[in-house]
Amino acid sequence: MTGREKILGRIREALTVPAPHPGAHDAHGGQAPHTSFKGRPVHVARGWMPPGGDTFEEQVVRFRAASTELKTDFRFVGSRDEAFTELARIRDTEGWKSVATHRAEQPSAAAASLGLPVIHTDEGYDVDALESCDVGISGCDVLVAQTGTVVVTNRSAGGRALSVLPPHHVVVATRDQLVRDLTAAFARVQETYGTGYPSMISFITGPSRTGDIERILVLGAHGPKKLTVLCW
Amino acid sequence: MTTHVQDFLAQARVVTRDLRHRGLIQTALRKYETARDRKKAAFNDWQSARQAAAETKWDAINHLDTYLAEFADKMEARGTQVHWAGNAAEAREIILGIIRSKGARSIIKSKAMTAEEIHLNDAMEKAGYEVVESDLGEFIVQLRHEPPYHIVFPAMHLTRDDINELFQKELGSASTREPEELTMIARRALRRKYITADVGITGANFAIAETGMISITENEGNARLTAALPKTMITLVGIEKVLPKLEDLALFLPMLATAGAGQTITGYNTMYGGPRQPGECDGPEEYHVVLLDNRRTELLADPEQRDALHCIRCGACLNVCPIFKNVGGHTYGTTYSGPVGSVITPHLRGLQDWKHLSGSSSLCGACTEACPVKIDLHHHLLRNRRNAAFGEPSFFERLAYRLFAFVINRPGLYRFAKEAGRLTEPLQKLIRNTPLDPARAWTGSRDLPPMPEQSFKEWWEERR
Repeated sequence: MTGREKILGRIREALTVPAPHPGAHDAHGGQAPHTSFKGRPVHVARGWMPPGGDTFEEQVVRFRAASTELKTDFRFVGSRDEAFTELARIRDTEGWKSVATHRAEQPSAAAASLGLPVIHTDEGYDVDALESCDVGISGCDVLVAQTGTVVVTNRSAGGRALSVLPPHHVVVATRDQLVRDLTAAFARVQETYGTGYPSMISFITGPSRTGDIERILVLGAHGPKKLTVLCW
Repeated sequence: MTTHVQDFLAQARVVTRDLRHRGLIQTALRKYETARDRKKAAFNDWQSARQAAAETKWDAINHLDTYLAEFADKMEARGTQVHWAGNAAEAREIILGIIRSKGARSIIKSKAMTAEEIHLNDAMEKAGYEVVESDLGEFIVQLRHEPPYHIVFPAMHLTRDDINELFQKELGSASTREPEELTMIARRALRRKYITADVGITGANFAIAETGMISITENEGNARLTAALPKTMITLVGIEKVLPKLEDLALFLPMLATAGAGQTITGYNTMYGGPRQPGECDGPEEYHVVLLDNRRTELLADPEQRDALHCIRCGACLNVCPIFKNVGGHTYGTTYSGPVGSVITPHLRGLQDWKHLSGSSSLCGACTEACPVKIDLHHHLLRNRRNAAFGEPSFFERLAYRLFAFVINRPGLYRFAKEAGRLTEPLQKLIRNTPLDPARAWTGSRDLPPMPEQSFKEWWEERR
């Protein structure tokens, strides 16, 4: 008998006796637990989660508020040209010397606009070269208003390392990519890829951070110290 | 040889008297509580969201065979090798086998409580491999040769000065009191390790049946790097981590972050569904997922406590527990500490050896209240006590109750015992809390209530 059959067999045997309904012990608000959700609990729960905003404007406000709290540099501008001007400004302030990006319309145009040496990760790259780049510019799949999250996959963001190895991660996004909440984000991801998912989907919320020393926030623990989201 | 209960009591005695340690833990937990309350308030309805999370995990655990098979099939369909480990030794052997077959030398690890559970680092080091923990807190406790103090905050018991001293000694770094500087020292030390490691090992917070993916929650980006750079990736995951659908994460990611660390959502939540696929530019060539039973199926077979397998390891019950706050994380002597550790450890490692953990509770219920998936924690502690007493009744306890029954059924004898008690009460004061005191287990830390002047019967007869 294989390990799989053994463990699945033990599970089946264990499950022959039913367990009581969850949360029955809980006396919150004195009401009986929701014994049957109409539909899946996650769909019902959507209304109970932190709100994401009903209109596009509200969603921008939510995304901005979350970004401020998380120290994401969120710049929402009117056009792509304006976004590239912002990018050039950051290049000058930070003194970037080399850029990494990938072969996708917006990110490679953004990188090209900087006039610096560019590595394209999807053409094959050297890890040390990528590590020494000052910035990684990537695309994304979705921006989530509810949480200030950027959703990337290794297909939409030039692989697994580009969004996490260089010290500064710049995300370029268009306004149609902003959605209300995580439920909408998962729906969008499922719509985009169907069953042919990329091998990595990452929900990035703010720059890399740690609180492991006396619960004091430090940015750039292992991943990027800065996260910039340029949206037009 | 000392038993686990003796170790627990000895360690608890030391830690509860250490005011510096208690101050440190309580400051850290106060910060957590403030942040968590603020984030809970951002929910439209936190209590109902808890119920939804409990229902979803209930569905997952009570159909575990179906979901687990679906998870494994979907994973394998995209080139992942799925391994099934019945116990800790099998899991270690599977992982060492993979490492050996790759001719690997160095291994980078991101945080995984399952790896602690099976003592994986020990096994790999004994086999001659270099293993580096990449999570900052785990890296710190690894340098100290200690297990993590807390399942979410591994280095919570240390001050910046402790860490500074450790880094100077172990890494030869310059002295600093700045948390930022200390973090950068670790960042620099670990960057090379990611790039040169042959194998990356991770844990998993969720295993998604529908799409065959694991999901890792972290703030630092260390798991992202561990899963991006080494040629071989291994994920060790407990079989109870299954969720039915990808979209369930829309509920669980905020619940985990809010209950666990007082965040709306954790910095990186990443789903991995296989090794590098055709057309992808990086990622591991080989991906192995090791599913770990290690007596979880025995807990599953107990319908009364099955919901303990709903646990998402957020640590919320530890953070609110008056026992944890006072005895500290290391005192438990277990991989999983705090209320949930006290509930599941007797199932995972033997009821009689670990029943004392279920006794070390005030039954205040703060843990049950804090649990984002509504595990009935404090009642489970009572159930463990009951099961332990049934399984191995104490001879003296039974004798005491028999004697009591014998005496109480005989009015003459009862009157005699009462008078004898009154007469000997002053003598008890002389031997109180000495080895001669028969009630020492009680009087060692509590007052013995004085005998009343008058018994109820005497009082009744006077008034009749």
